[in-house]
Amino acid sequence: MKPAPFAYHRPETLDEALAVLAAHGGEAKPLAGGQSLIPAMNFRLARPAVLVDLNRITELSGIRQGGDGLHIGAMTRQRAVERDPIVARDAPLLAEAMPFIAHPQIRNRGTVGGSLAHADPAAELPAVMLALDAKLQVRGPAPRGVRSIPAGEFYTGLFETALAPGELLVDVTVPRAAPRSGSAFAEVARRHGDYALAGVAVRVTVDDAGRCREARIALLSVGDGPVLARKAAKAITGESPTPEAIREAADVAAAKDIDPPGDIHASPAYRRQLVAVLVRRTLERAFERARNG
Amino acid sequence: MDDVQLDGMLHVAFLRSEHAHARLRGVDVAAARRRPGVVAVYAADDLGDYWQPGPLLVPPPPIPGLVFHACTQVPLVKDKARHVGEPIAMVVAESRYVAEDAVADIVVDVAPLQAVVDLEAALERGAPLVHEHLSSNLAAHVVQEKGDYNAAKATAHRVVQRRFHYDRGISAAIENRAVAARWDARAEELTVWDTTQAPIPIRNGLARMLGLLESQVRVIAPFVGGGFGPKIMMFYPEEVLVPWAAMRLGRPVKWTEDRQENFTATTQERGQVHDAELAVTRDGKILGVKDVFLHDSGAYDSYGLTVPINSQCTLLGPYDVPNYYTEFTAVFTNKTLVTPVRGAGRQHGVFVMERLLDFAARELGIDRLEIRRRNYLAPEAFPFNNEIIFQDSAPLVYDSGDYAPALAQAAQMIGYEQFVREEQPRLRVAGRHVGIGIVSYIEGTGIGPYEGARVTIEPSGEVRVATGVGTQGQGHFTSFAQIVAEVLGVPMERIHVVTGDTREFNWGTGTFASRGAVVAGTACHAAAALVRDKIFAVASRVLQVPQERLELVGGRMMVKDATDGGIELGALAARANPLRGAVRPGTEPGLEATAYYGPDRGSTASGVHAMIVEVDPETAMVEIRRYVVVHDCGRLINPMLVEGQIHGGVAHGIGNAFYEQLVYDDGGQLQNASFMDYLLPTATDVPRVEVAHRETASPLNPIGLKGVGEAGCIPTGAAFAQAVEDALADYGLEITEIPLSPDKLFDLLKKTRPKKRNVVVIDGSFVFQGSREAVYALLQDPEVLGKSLPGAMHLGRTGDGRYDGLMRVGIGPVTAAEFSVSVTLHDQKPPAGYGMIVEGKGGFGFVRGTAQVALADHGDGTEMTYRAEVQVGGTIAGVGQRLLDSVAKRMTRQGLEALNTALAARL
Repeated sequence: MKPAPFAYHRPETLDEALAVLAAHGGEAKPLAGGQSLIPAMNFRLARPAVLVDLNRITELSGIRQGGDGLHIGAMTRQRAVERDPIVARDAPLLAEAMPFIAHPQIRNRGTVGGSLAHADPAAELPAVMLALDAKLQVRGPAPRGVRSIPAGEFYTGLFETALAPGELLVDVTVPRAAPRSGSAFAEVARRHGDYALAGVAVRVTVDDAGRCREARIALLSVGDGPVLARKAAKAITGESPTPEAIREAADVAAAKDIDPPGDIHASPAYRRQLVAVLVRRTLERAFERARNG
Repeated sequence: MDDVQLDGMLHVAFLRSEHAHARLRGVDVAAARRRPGVVAVYAADDLGDYWQPGPLLVPPPPIPGLVFHACTQVPLVKDKARHVGEPIAMVVAESRYVAEDAVADIVVDVAPLQAVVDLEAALERGAPLVHEHLSSNLAAHVVQEKGDYNAAKATAHRVVQRRFHYDRGISAAIENRAVAARWDARAEELTVWDTTQAPIPIRNGLARMLGLLESQVRVIAPFVGGGFGPKIMMFYPEEVLVPWAAMRLGRPVKWTEDRQENFTATTQERGQVHDAELAVTRDGKILGVKDVFLHDSGAYDSYGLTVPINSQCTLLGPYDVPNYYTEFTAVFTNKTLVTPVRGAGRQHGVFVMERLLDFAARELGIDRLEIRRRNYLAPEAFPFNNEIIFQDSAPLVYDSGDYAPALAQAAQMIGYEQFVREEQPRLRVAGRHVGIGIVSYIEGTGIGPYEGARVTIEPSGEVRVATGVGTQGQGHFTSFAQIVAEVLGVPMERIHVVTGDTREFNWGTGTFASRGAVVAGTACHAAAALVRDKIFAVASRVLQVPQERLELVGGRMMVKDATDGGIELGALAARANPLRGAVRPGTEPGLEATAYYGPDRGSTASGVHAMIVEVDPETAMVEIRRYVVVHDCGRLINPMLVEGQIHGGVAHGIGNAFYEQLVYDDGGQLQNASFMDYLLPTATDVPRVEVAHRETASPLNPIGLKGVGEAGCIPTGAAFAQAVEDALADYGLEITEIPLSPDKLFDLLKKTRPKKRNVVVIDGSFVFQGSREAVYALLQDPEVLGKSLPGAMHLGRTGDGRYDGLMRVGIGPVTAAEFSVSVTLHDQKPPAGYGMIVEGKGGFGFVRGTAQVALADHGDGTEMTYRAEVQVGGTIAGVGQRLLDSVAKRMTRQGLEALNTALAARL
């Protein structure tokens, strides 16, 4: 389990990194926290000819509150997000989901941008950003330069994103939540820290009468990437979130929003069951929080 | 072993079979040999006469009518590969990196054969043969009988009959296997560092194989990070090859198994299928048991029949079973070898018996504890002869035991009565599903043949103890020192224990079968007692005092009732080894003695495990809330070490019960060959284990010891199954399979027949714009056909219905790699359909897909319905299972869409 030979670059600035990536075309792979890439290299499944280590680029790390919401630099460690008081206050869904990402040792190295760009269908962060309707800032070589991609458009397939060759994810912006919003996260994994068999991140907003104004229900580990359960959201939107309405929406998510894969840990039928249960449980909590918030 | 770094050391990597069953037609190592940094590359033919099948380690016991076909492992594959991970070629290079690079340079020409995976299918007529010189895949057949089961059954009030499955797991030691060797040409001495549990047999075997004197070979088994059984297996191919290469190349050579190798190259355990029945009276008394089972031997049966015989012998448990019929068939399969892993077949027997008792109790309306109490052997029944033969070739005779009090104590500790009467009903009303499980077991421990020890008092007063067993974390340094300290009256800190170095001690077998403390510990005790005799004899002479007036106090010989004087043991040791004067006839110099202990048969430990679980029936997740163990391993040397063994064993058992299962597909590919998918229980999954000890001394050895190494994991599965069933009593389900998983529990809860998902199946239909004839004709065109294979670079027709080409496939983190691909169309029925076989092989494995395609008119177009099964091998098979379904679906969709576009352009 030793990697195949590769060349290694460790740029100090983002511009330098983009230049190295541009120089090597598709042969180069950016290295963020390395928690997925390095094992894949040791199995010799990933064989990048060139590794561009982003860990020295300080401008890519940090959490700050901006006019358009919460900005998280792509190289911000997951552990930093988990412990950040601004995240806890302004993006409670993100704060709630962080401890479910693998183990503390992995979160110490793993980065927000690395996970988002890796686009593993079982990863928590893509689903959370989808539920939060986050915007992903991407930088590439001219003429494209900087562009902002909504999470809903960022994920295009199995491990596939809208990132073009030579582009880097640099920042993610979580928009401020509307008043009377509530969110919740839940997943079922064999052991704490494992790839979830299924997981749900939801954010709902209620109107003055307590009816659901908006629901964003994002599912993980049940498709090629994070799945936005549009039919379930439609079923609950405009409704009073009674236990019956919530159960119905959850059943819609399980039956109509997904075509889950099967593997040795969970059959498609079991995954559907988990989605039904988890959507129900998270919606109940999220509405409760929306009413109280 | 990572600390063994030798000057000029070379590193080894192995090319291993990606196929479970394949004929080897050729191995081309030329390119690998040319790579800079590579020192040598060996395939089977390069070994010459050194290539020999390994020894039969444990010949089967003398059971009448026993059938056993010995087929032992080979150093490198010569004719055919019989399991994934079997080594085909060995690369020796300046670094492990270069060695692994060179492995990729080796070209192997193989013809895949159908793999033997399922135990029942393996025995069917016409099944492919793992060993072609045998007429079937039957490795062994054994029947043992006590009394007359059929006659007993005829008088039974009820017969409980079930089928039980117990599947494979790994040992998962923290430290994988490793071998390093250095040949000192000047001293003509070979030193081998080996993670083995049995350094002395390794030394003796290597000396024989390499044509050296035993004294020319020194084997050191250093502090090893866990053994659990697989490290007693010998000789692993790597153990045969690394010392040989070191001698041949004149440089130190080291191989360290990586975790990926460990999953397929280190032995495994546990695959059995039991058809069992229990005949009982109306009041739950056992009249007899019948058990017929299949045992998975894996590709070779070098370790004999230890595991299945343990299963059949441990099934009887602490119970009085007057009539017993037990029959097993061991089966060769194209899977990694099966040798003992902690528990070594015992848990299967316990699982079967305890489950049968649970079902009988339920059917008879008897409490679970009561049915056990009614059948326990009474304390006065010992020694109790079960009238069958145990794995050590001795009759299965229990030495001592006291079972009912252990059950009562466990029930009291976990609050059984209160839980069943109050807590469970109260929680059930609140909608919570909690359950309790409580089971008994025995463990045959401390078997022969023998171990030895040498105890030496140095002139400094320090005491050296040397024994031959290897140490992998059991605490031998503490327990052996305690034994010797007590006999010699010397403080523990002055005792220095050495294990696992054949230069220090070279008689003995090894660490296995829960026998280290019992057998080697008793040998230490005996050697210390001999030294004590010498101390008294020498002291009596030196102090001019009769022995009866002497006593040993704190490392000093004192004259009784004297307040000062006497002599330190160190000084006494110096006096016993004079530079002048004479050693008297009939005595030996020094204060040193060697002694051996070889029990005629093992001692029988026992215990009770109880646990409380909570199940979420909506998610099928189980949480263990409490875990209680009452354990009796005779006299305790060190309670903390015993508890440590039990805690670790329970963790292992919980893994076997709910987390750890090796999943093989129909092609013999291990689908969870990494810790990503092979789930070891972690700290969050193992509850605090509450342990109580009971001490029913063994009459077989002077200290009264019984073993404890495996006990913790033996009854866990049975307790877990009972507890989960109890928690879900309102669902009326039965658990007859271990390991359980949430996925399987979900199937049980939904009462759906679990589907065996051993291959990826893609099926569906697609409508093309064009007539059947046109579609069919175009599908023969290599250019069009190539479109249906995403990533195909080119495809050419190379024969009737045969196409060859190259494709480049990558996905997500997997770098695109080139695959050679061949497509064969067969059973062509234009324009109705055809069969298709797609085979690809490349950088990280191989893919084989078989598809049936049917074309039907669909309005103006043509509807294609397809069903394909896809199998993958190599690294992707072991670590990529989680994504195979999605990848297969995606590639099919892409292929069909591309095909439709191509058709549209051409029609």
